[in-house]
Amino acid sequence: MLRATLKSLLSRKLRLVLSGLAVVLGVMFVSGAFVTTDTLGRTFDNLFAEGYSQVDVAVMAKPKVAVSEMEGEQILTPLPASLVDRVAKVPGVEKATGVISDDGARVIGSDGKVVTSYGPPRIGMNWVGTDDLMEMRQGRGPAKDNEIAVNEAVAKAAGIQVGDRVGVLTQLPRQTFTLVGVWGYTNERDSIGGVQEVAFTTPQAQRSMLGQPGMFTQITVGVDQDQDPSHVRDQIAAQLGTGYDVKTGKQLAADSSAQFKDALGFFNNILLGFAGVALFVGTFLILNTFSIIVAQRTRELALMRALGGSRRQMIGSVLVEALVIGFIAAVLGLAAGVGVGALLVTLFGSMSGGLDPAPVGVPLAAILSSLIVGIVVTVVAAVLPAVRASRISPIAAMQDVSTPDRPLTRVTVTGAVIGAAGAAMLGVGLYGTNSLWLILGGVLVTFIGVALLTPLISKPVVAGLGRLFSWSVPGRLGRLNSGRNPRRTAITAAALMVGIALVTGVTVVIDSAKQSLAAQAENTVKAEIVIGGDQNGPRPPVFDEAVLGKAAAIPGVRAVAGIWNEQVLIDGERSYVTATDDLAKLADAYGSPALPTLKPDQIAVSTDQATEHGWATGRVVKVQMPRGDEHSYTIVATYDEDKVPGSIMLPLAATKEFGLTQPIFGFVRLADGATIDQVLPQVKALVADSPEVNATDRSSFINQQVGNFDTVITMVQVLLGLAILIAVLGVINTLALSVLERTRELGLLRAVGLGRAQTMRMVTVEAVVISVFGALLGVVVGSGLGAAVVQALEGEGITDLVLPWGQMGLYLGLAAIVGVLAAVLPSIKAARLNVLAAIAHD
Amino acid sequence: MIGTRAQEPVAARADDVWKVYGSEEARVVALRGVSASFARGKFTAIMGPSGSGKSTLMHCLAGLDTVTRGTVHIGGTQVTGLSDKALTRLRRDRVGFIFQQFNLLPTLTAAENIRLPLDIAGRKPDPQWWDTVVGTVGLGDRLNHRPSQLSGGQQQRVACARALMSRPDVIFADEPTGNLDSKAGAEILSFLRSSVMEHGQTIVMVTHDPVAASYTDRVVFLADGAIVSELENPTPESVLETMKAGEVLV
Repeated sequence: MLRATLKSLLSRKLRLVLSGLAVVLGVMFVSGAFVTTDTLGRTFDNLFAEGYSQVDVAVMAKPKVAVSEMEGEQILTPLPASLVDRVAKVPGVEKATGVISDDGARVIGSDGKVVTSYGPPRIGMNWVGTDDLMEMRQGRGPAKDNEIAVNEAVAKAAGIQVGDRVGVLTQLPRQTFTLVGVWGYTNERDSIGGVQEVAFTTPQAQRSMLGQPGMFTQITVGVDQDQDPSHVRDQIAAQLGTGYDVKTGKQLAADSSAQFKDALGFFNNILLGFAGVALFVGTFLILNTFSIIVAQRTRELALMRALGGSRRQMIGSVLVEALVIGFIAAVLGLAAGVGVGALLVTLFGSMSGGLDPAPVGVPLAAILSSLIVGIVVTVVAAVLPAVRASRISPIAAMQDVSTPDRPLTRVTVTGAVIGAAGAAMLGVGLYGTNSLWLILGGVLVTFIGVALLTPLISKPVVAGLGRLFSWSVPGRLGRLNSGRNPRRTAITAAALMVGIALVTGVTVVIDSAKQSLAAQAENTVKAEIVIGGDQNGPRPPVFDEAVLGKAAAIPGVRAVAGIWNEQVLIDGERSYVTATDDLAKLADAYGSPALPTLKPDQIAVSTDQATEHGWATGRVVKVQMPRGDEHSYTIVATYDEDKVPGSIMLPLAATKEFGLTQPIFGFVRLADGATIDQVLPQVKALVADSPEVNATDRSSFINQQVGNFDTVITMVQVLLGLAILIAVLGVINTLALSVLERTRELGLLRAVGLGRAQTMRMVTVEAVVISVFGALLGVVVGSGLGAAVVQALEGEGITDLVLPWGQMGLYLGLAAIVGVLAAVLPSIKAARLNVLAAIAHD
Repeated sequence: MIGTRAQEPVAARADDVWKVYGSEEARVVALRGVSASFARGKFTAIMGPSGSGKSTLMHCLAGLDTVTRGTVHIGGTQVTGLSDKALTRLRRDRVGFIFQQFNLLPTLTAAENIRLPLDIAGRKPDPQWWDTVVGTVGLGDRLNHRPSQLSGGQQQRVACARALMSRPDVIFADEPTGNLDSKAGAEILSFLRSSVMEHGQTIVMVTHDPVAASYTDRVVFLADGAIVSELENPTPESVLETMKAGEVLV
């Protein structure tokens, strides 16, 4: 029995390849995700291990507001210089060095633009000499406060040389330094992991990076030759008491790496999510292929039954076939995934500028998940066809088999029940529990329900769509062919539906959110001019606070106010807060109802925040900023959250203890009669020194704010592209099998005078009808799902439902093109059929 | 149209046709220098045992297969050497086919199947001729049924009507009664016979059945890829006798 199965499998290579390809692609995504995250993880391990290799022990102050890599940037708490001496006196310490090293030193390149880094930090540090890894390439370290040295990565990216005057943005506004030295790293590296470094003298670094003289971000300790770093660490910790983190270099490397791996884990889950969608779509394709294979093997299977094969053996024979295909596809997918992973890692390395990727490795998780996913998906998809195979009666071997159209009642009722269950899950998930799993499960179950309803829907819709092509004989024949096997057409179309429905749904939700936010901003932001930059890293671009005052002095300006952002602890709970130079002016400039000017110990909160925390005016809250001590603030005002850019407002004095002490946005409101054309150029001139920020009019600002949504849509489209690609394979598969099944018919048509071009047209019309039908379903189902989500998010401020007609039309158009492309090979095959052989074909 | 047809007395002709399959050791010679003419308005049968080359000859005559050497003409047109496009047009406009396996399109109704070659050519059926053909086929109210709802004999009658509808120079029928019971087979043969008699249709039929051959005007016997004898106005007995005499038993 097994041998018969394997032989029959080998004799149908084409089908094997096509149905296997879907699994290969899905598994590729899975193993690619694991390989990428594993390799990047080890890359970061190596990176941090090397980065901290020169440090035996390090001392840092415990962060006042702890922030993980995923949530933003950890603001370091400065240490006083006196602590360096205390550490130096601990037994076993050979040398203690006060170090300043913090993100946020942005070099202005020779082209006048800020050098970007795409990920790695831009470190500003104090020069403490070279260590074993560093090599001076040119010049020397900075000796005067107006001198800097940079690493080779900065020098190359900025296009600067020793002797140049170089502008640097830090906590301070733009300052100009003389470049006196460039260093690199061992093995001819320009940097470690693409990190950009700018070294100042210690006093200058304290001013530029911390804004506080006599402070350091950490103390690095070299231990005596005969000392164990972990022993010295314990000594120092005991000596300093609580309030400090004392760690060995190895610990630091492990901690930093672990933080990055958290972020990678998130990335991994996203990739796996999309892999899941791809495999879900692949399931449809496999199910379809196996159904067709079983139908075509009816005679063979019936013969086996007649010869005494049991039902169980019939099921087994189909499942063994699935197992073999699943296994081969999983192995191929695993291999392809390793390739994709290597590619992604290389891409990531070159994009981050100098990250040395670790050798690509294949983690056990990749191998196991690939094999399990590949085999399970294939076998599960084959169960239904296998059961159908077992129901074939032995007598079918003797009869001329024609598969009668089974009634669609049962499948339709089942589909309606499952669809309703999916909708119910979705409803409960969206309105009741707000559980993401319930929502995702609901979407999945809804898809299955709709897929089961598709055969019924396909009859009228396919007939309707086909009418568009009925003006020619090949078109009419193609239309009739596409309506011939409603189940097959339906499953093929349903596979395409899933991808397109998801893309459409996401587009509906995001476009609605975009539109709602834009409309809201349009209603609330009254400031005609906004100063600010595009945030493209953990640190938003900032500008000199003095710009606010200068802007206010421009004739025709009514009010100017800046805002600062930070994460702080309020009564011990981490919250996002906003500070402004003057809340009364902000209200005026932004267009909010009148609000009081905040005194240094006063705070204003939105009514939402007040309700959530049970706050009322007069209440005193304790606020811990990332730097400095805890302060008490009295709530003096509440306001409508929609009308003010921030839900908790702090006074200007608080910003001195923020991580970023400069404003990120400035709002400029014009006096009556003043025009934007007059004022905007003057405001632009004020920020000319800060290449990261710009002054724009209100509508550009709003577009900028909602612009990120488009990036999300593009990303989702790209990632779901794979699912759609698999669905296209399904269309090709269905057509190829149709052509094969109808060989004799095609021969007849050619014999009675259908030309080659007409034959190709006939097959193409069938493909286009199926594809467009799938896309149509996808657009409809996706709009429905999207609208449901938007409806549920009404309370979150998404009030406008936007149906992206343009995008939907685009998807339908693309589906038609996809149909044409999918038909290329099958139609060529159909056109090339030898008429004589085709007619004789059994 | 009938007028133009009369100008050419021969509907189809093979001149010294050779057909060789494979090469070197695997060489099979299916036809060895066959020359034959099929007169217009006549019903001709090609007979011979399995492997005699009778089907190959018909396929070559119909432009479905290429010849290795020699030439084939349909009416005044030389078929040999035509491009695929020209062959397709020739099949569409000037040749009709009837197959053993009926070969109807299951998605089309009987009427649509009959009209198919004309539809492909983008021509309208002559209403008078339509009524004549459909009337003789005798399908009546079953014209709007699909093939799966018709009996074998009815399906083959639809196939005959389809072949007749474009009034081709010649209809090639490949064992048209092979899949039918004797009663349905007799109906089909009478029908073909009458279309020759009444409408001057030319038909070339491959068969191994002496009774079927007896419906024709002339029988050509093939053996080992060559014509071994001919018989005018055959009867079942005379066909059998010739077969016995020539040892071309099927």
